[in-house]
Amino acid sequence: MADQLSRVFSALADPTRRDIVARLSIGDATVGELAAPFDVTVQAVSKHLKVLEDAGLVTRSRDAQRRPVHLEAEVFDLMTKWLERYRRRAEARYRRLDDVLAAMPDEPQPDEPQPDEPQPDEPQPDEPQPDEPQPDEPQPDEPQPDEPQPDEPQPDAPPVPKTQEGTPS
Amino acid sequence: MTSTTSRETRIVADPDLPIVRITREFDAPPEKVFRAHTDPDLVAQWMGPNGMENRIDEWDCRTGGSWRYVAMRDGEEYGFRGCFHEVRPDELIVQTFTFEGMPDGVALEKLVLEDLGNGRTRLTATSLVDSFEGRDGFLAGGMDVGVNEGYAKLDELLARG
Repeated sequence: MADQLSRVFSALADPTRRDIVARLSIGDATVGELAAPFDVTVQAVSKHLKVLEDAGLVTRSRDAQRRPVHLEAEVFDLMTKWLERYRRRAEARYRRLDDVLAAMPDEPQPDEPQPDEPQPDEPQPDEPQPDEPQPDEPQPDEPQPDEPQPDEPQPDAPPVPKTQEGTPS
Repeated sequence: MTSTTSRETRIVADPDLPIVRITREFDAPPEKVFRAHTDPDLVAQWMGPNGMENRIDEWDCRTGGSWRYVAMRDGEEYGFRGCFHEVRPDELIVQTFTFEGMPDGVALEKLVLEDLGNGRTRLTATSLVDSFEGRDGFLAGGMDVGVNEGYAKLDELLARG
């Protein structure tokens, strides 16, 4: 699955291939139809299609004479899921930040290190205001995927074709 | 640009560069949001992997400073570290990010705070990875279960809506 995902991302790193995928998201098309809008030969489009086929993004029917190219929406969905997982992780973190912000005093505490001062060797204990709620982790309403894997913040994101607009609701 | 939107975190992935941009609004002024990113005690309360305990070894959020934290679960430790390249109070944090399990990989992260008035702030976090390949490493990096199992869980989750 991860290998497939890598191949999908690599396949879509090329702008012409992304355009081909965008065209196929509307409907099946022959190689000739795909080549028409581009300033490339049918041969070049065929090469691009081979890469997309190897990634599992497109298939070509063996029986029909025209052999139209078909976009495999299922594989396409992988990327949507990847992006959505990344988004959910970020949202879960930011909900925790919401709680931290709600519990913060309006002014920095006197013992709080300022960004322009040397940091103390040891973290200073937080001094919550007596009447303020403390963040209570974990949040019951957090939409946390129950994944048995460390959810490392991943700064990287896949290139995604221009045509993909999130998860249909 | 491709995006998924909701009332929550908004995420955009650039089709031509290994960039992801996340936008989120907070019910707090920029000064507070900035402090929640710079004070290690506050950072420890929210940053880092979900559902894991964090230990912040270093958090010198000043221009030229550096950071390191360790996420822990079931005796396993996952270290993350980087440098603060440029820090401008209440406005900007430019930093690097590396998962120590992949020490050659590095991401450049830029956090911009916008004052929306009425005590609200918009945070825009842009992350640039050094390669498309590096992204796939991050995808699998640090996982203590098979990726397929992770995806199976994800599918269940998404199926539940």
